[in-house]
Amino acid sequence: MKLLYFAWVRERIGKPEEEIDPPASVRTVGELVAWLSGRGEEYAYAFENAKVIRAAIDHTHVKPDAAIAGAREIAFFPPMTGG
Amino acid sequence: MVRLQREDFDIGAEIARLTHGRTDIGAVATFTGICRASNEGEAVAAMTLEHYPGMAEAEIARHVEEAQSRWPLLGVTVIHRYGRLVPGENVVLVVTTSSHREAAFAAAEFLMDYLKVSAPFWKKEERAGGGEWVAARNTDTAAAGRWTGPDRKPEAAE
Repeated sequence: MKLLYFAWVRERIGKPEEEIDPPASVRTVGELVAWLSGRGEEYAYAFENAKVIRAAIDHTHVKPDAAIAGAREIAFFPPMTGG
Repeated sequence: MVRLQREDFDIGAEIARLTHGRTDIGAVATFTGICRASNEGEAVAAMTLEHYPGMAEAEIARHVEEAQSRWPLLGVTVIHRYGRLVPGENVVLVVTTSSHREAAFAAAEFLMDYLKVSAPFWKKEERAGGGEWVAARNTDTAAAGRWTGPDRKPEAAE
């Protein structure tokens, strides 16, 4: 699946997007964050305060308990500040 | 209509686009958000708006549909700019039209409140000490929460 990162999440991880293939044990958005955090310092830094991180699956906001099965695109970003 | 663009918008032209040739519209409400030269007491030389292409349009369109289901609107336009903007430049425009003012005012405010907390845009300000991502404001979350009834939950609210 494709992951997208925005704003300071993107800056901390150091890339705007990537393709990943997480193990089958990673079932939810929250579990994906935990798995990503173990991939390296830059991920641990981006997700250090997991409570503030927002996620979207295929362009729709989701909570950490959302299932990732079937997702084409998952995005992680800080709280929004548009308008 | 929802539009995301780098370039500026013309408020008069956008109003005319919704009202031209019609005699059923009795009220037009517009809100324009403008880039300020200071934030939290610090000077801001410019800001860059990042957005999530695809989701930003979809998220705003969802709230336009919601506004149309709540109020008897005759037209809605939302334009949000992205890229680098300097103080004094337009950032966002909401135009709502209806037969009467109540719906036009309320829908414009509803759309702005939700745009703030749920449309995927992020502002980075150029301050004296360097680039700084703007922190989300609790007052914005509270403002969006005002529109929440027992069966309606704003996605981005805590």
